[in-house]
Amino acid sequence: MSNPIRLEVNCETGEVTEIELTDAEVAELEAQRVAYEAEQTRLATEAEAKAAQKTAVLSALAEAAGLDVAEVTAVLGF
Amino acid sequence: MAQVLISTVTVGAGGAASIDFTSIPQTYTDLLIVLSGRCNDGASVQDGVRMSINGVTTNRSFKQLVGVGTAATVNGGTDDYLGNVTGGTATANSHASMNLYFPNYASTTLNKPFSQEIVPETNSSAINMFVTAGLWSSTAAITSLSFYITGFSWVQYSTASIYGIK
Repeated sequence: MSNPIRLEVNCETGEVTEIELTDAEVAELEAQRVAYEAEQTRLATEAEAKAAQKTAVLSALAEAAGLDVAEVTAVLGF
Repeated sequence: MAQVLISTVTVGAGGAASIDFTSIPQTYTDLLIVLSGRCNDGASVQDGVRMSINGVTTNRSFKQLVGVGTAATVNGGTDDYLGNVTGGTATANSHASMNLYFPNYASTTLNKPFSQEIVPETNSSAINMFVTAGLWSSTAAITSLSFYITGFSWVQYSTASIYGIK
């Protein structure tokens, strides 16, 4: 048995069967993994960009108000 | 009310791409699924767990409250996503914990709402927890359920149990 298996539990009989995935199912699994990792990378990049933008805005506000970033953060409540 | 164990399964040494409950008896009022699981993704602390109902992932919708650290967010969608399970970089030997409840699963006249909570466990404040309100917009009776992880497999000692509620 070379491919991964799935576990099938027949709830009427209680029988548990190990069923080897077909090559097509394995390929689909791999495609899902690649897509998922790409999405995770995209989300992480997006989160980093938002954080950087937030930091830049806070810095600009602090400079304009004559405060430091911690004070601006405290005033804004986050 | 009585809770009756219908079936339980533990993943063996080779892992399993999915855990499938088939031929679910139609003799109970509700279904409860309890799952303890971890996936084999060696690059992540947590990964998405998904569910198909009667072999399909369509006609679904969900809203969920997601807690991470001291923050909370909301999430929603129309796919088969349930939340996250523990990934390969999480604390060794820790598994996610999930409960999922289907009332009136055997009805042939009602749509199938479900409630679910899952916590992928690790020693980190960056781990998420999920509380989900979901719906399968189908009047078909639920006869099979499959649980799987996007692109990965359940590791050994992951367990899933299905209970009937009378």
